[in-house]
Amino acid sequence: MQKFLLQGLLRRALTEPAPIPNATSIAELGYTLGRTARQKLGRSLSIREVDAGSCNGCELEIHALNNAYYDLERFGLRFVASPRHADVLLVTGPVTKNMREALERTYAATPDPKWVIAVGDCAFDGGIYCESYACVGGVAKVVPVDLHIRGCPPDPTTLLKGLIAFVETMS
Amino acid sequence: MNFASKQMPAPPSPPTCLPWPREIVDRAGWLAFAESLSKGERELLSLWGEPSSVHMAVLEEREPRLRIITLECLEGCFPSVGRLHPPALRLERAIRDIYGLRAENAPDARPWLDHGRWGVRHPCNDPEKIDSTKDSYEFLPAEGEPLHQIPVGPVHAGIIEPGHFRFSANGETVVRLEERLGFVHKGVDHLMTGASIERAARLAARVSGDSTVAYSLAFSQAVEAAFDVNVPPRATYLRALMAELERLANHFGDIGAICNDAAFALMHAQCGIVRERILREAANCFGHRLMMDRIAPGGVLVDLAREKVAALFTLIEWMELMTPRFIALFGDTTSLQDRTVGTGVVSEALAKQYASGGYVGRASGRTFDARKAIGYAPYPQLKFEIGASKEGDVDARVWVRFDEIKASLRILRQILDEAPEGPIIAAWALPEDWTREGAALVEGFRGDIFVWLRMRADGVVQRCHLRDPSWFQWPLLEAAIKDNIVADFPLCNKSFNCSYSGHDL
Repeated sequence: MQKFLLQGLLRRALTEPAPIPNATSIAELGYTLGRTARQKLGRSLSIREVDAGSCNGCELEIHALNNAYYDLERFGLRFVASPRHADVLLVTGPVTKNMREALERTYAATPDPKWVIAVGDCAFDGGIYCESYACVGGVAKVVPVDLHIRGCPPDPTTLLKGLIAFVETMS
Repeated sequence: MNFASKQMPAPPSPPTCLPWPREIVDRAGWLAFAESLSKGERELLSLWGEPSSVHMAVLEEREPRLRIITLECLEGCFPSVGRLHPPALRLERAIRDIYGLRAENAPDARPWLDHGRWGVRHPCNDPEKIDSTKDSYEFLPAEGEPLHQIPVGPVHAGIIEPGHFRFSANGETVVRLEERLGFVHKGVDHLMTGASIERAARLAARVSGDSTVAYSLAFSQAVEAAFDVNVPPRATYLRALMAELERLANHFGDIGAICNDAAFALMHAQCGIVRERILREAANCFGHRLMMDRIAPGGVLVDLAREKVAALFTLIEWMELMTPRFIALFGDTTSLQDRTVGTGVVSEALAKQYASGGYVGRASGRTFDARKAIGYAPYPQLKFEIGASKEGDVDARVWVRFDEIKASLRILRQILDEAPEGPIIAAWALPEDWTREGAALVEGFRGDIFVWLRMRADGVVQRCHLRDPSWFQWPLLEAAIKDNIVADFPLCNKSFNCSYSGHDL
């Protein structure tokens, strides 16, 4: 373990470098998001992820935002374990009928002001499941959605870009 | 895919299932299979329904390794297999929910995937409209003075899939865990019926996002078996390349996540770096981080460019360097071992009874691996060892995954060294004569994925059954957590990492 810790101290961090003005690096995307969130909310932004029937592909990419390359938390954006602590619900999946009530209750448990971001093509309109008897078809049919981030699944960079667009238009 | 006009002469053969024929049995024959399963003479691979019949796939000790049998259900019911062989229970409950066929004298008559919210009953067989209300669901009792219940889910604390866990605990100790799944049921069986090959392939690729390559491979192999398509050798190697990259990405990601659930964040951070580098390389080589929709019936849709091979070798070398370090980090950290050793034990008998695939089975003495047992191309040409342990605890499941990482790295080198040049997809045409059936068994990172399908000659799916390995792993998690403390559940759960989406379908 000492070896890993020592290397961690001696080596340059893997995290994409600090933002350079006018560059569209991942770091800058995240930095802008963090700064805007602090300006608008006066604090960092807490995100609660809700899987409402996804195939798990979107979750894998949302997870990746926490790895050393993207390191979402350095921008004051963090995933929280309870809707009670959340400003934003990040919802994936075509909203299965079996998950509808759980999503509604999670939304109800989130304190105001709150926003909903629908992640992935399924969350947009049900995607390939839109005709299914078991799916409601799109997050907007269940709770009000402030932003859609499309993709199947959207990669981490797309997710970051979407989060920025959201914070910038946040009222 | 090439759907050029048909040129082939119509073979004058009746529809049959390839490569394993499907046999029609009577009630006695069906029951004989159920009994042999209960005695451990065969292993249950899957059980699935159609509007007026049920099918069972079993693994045999000898060749042919796989047998599929069918029982016609004239009166909407069939003799319960689960009554004799408990691993069939949830599959029978699912058949009743989706196809309305009842397993006679089944010990558990509760619904499984149907929560009463679809607005229909048995949606795939003469659907009956109902008011969409929530069904009540009775959990199994656990009685005793000091017991209390802890309901968890369907929305969990982490960024994971939804499902409900009902713990009955005596203080800190779990007396019973009961799973309630079905929350992410998307009606895939129903959507598959009537779908074109292209749409069906997209659905199969989205059964479980972490196994998208394995599912595409299994689906494609079943279609190829049905229509007797020969996949070009280069395509088989590229398929294996993608499958092993997917396996590595998942194993690294999960080993990190398991350690993180034991509060060892260092491993999580380090493994996350490896996973990310694999996904970036996958995107670089195949144009998609998870390699979704890259495998299609007949071959693969994206070739590996020659100039990308060097980058893959660099990645492999780096993983070969890092893996022993991770192994040392895992094995030498006593505080971590304290959490993983002896936690969440699955007995050998249970792993055998449930025919559990993947690292769950292999950590408990069941050595089945479809890459070896079925031996689809190109694996018979490749040299690799299958990891195995008999301890059955969280620790063993991690060690088996380390073994599989080593095996996959060895496979990747051989693929890059030996992959032949040539076409990457077969030019094949639909025969336009008979309805065809095909089946496939493919080793995903989680275990063996079984696919059976029947297709019309014009390429429309009549029925496609996809069985996730989780069906035979979820029940063992209930057994593994018994007598452990509640706080060790996340650790046990992550060491299984069963699929919710693949199971709920």
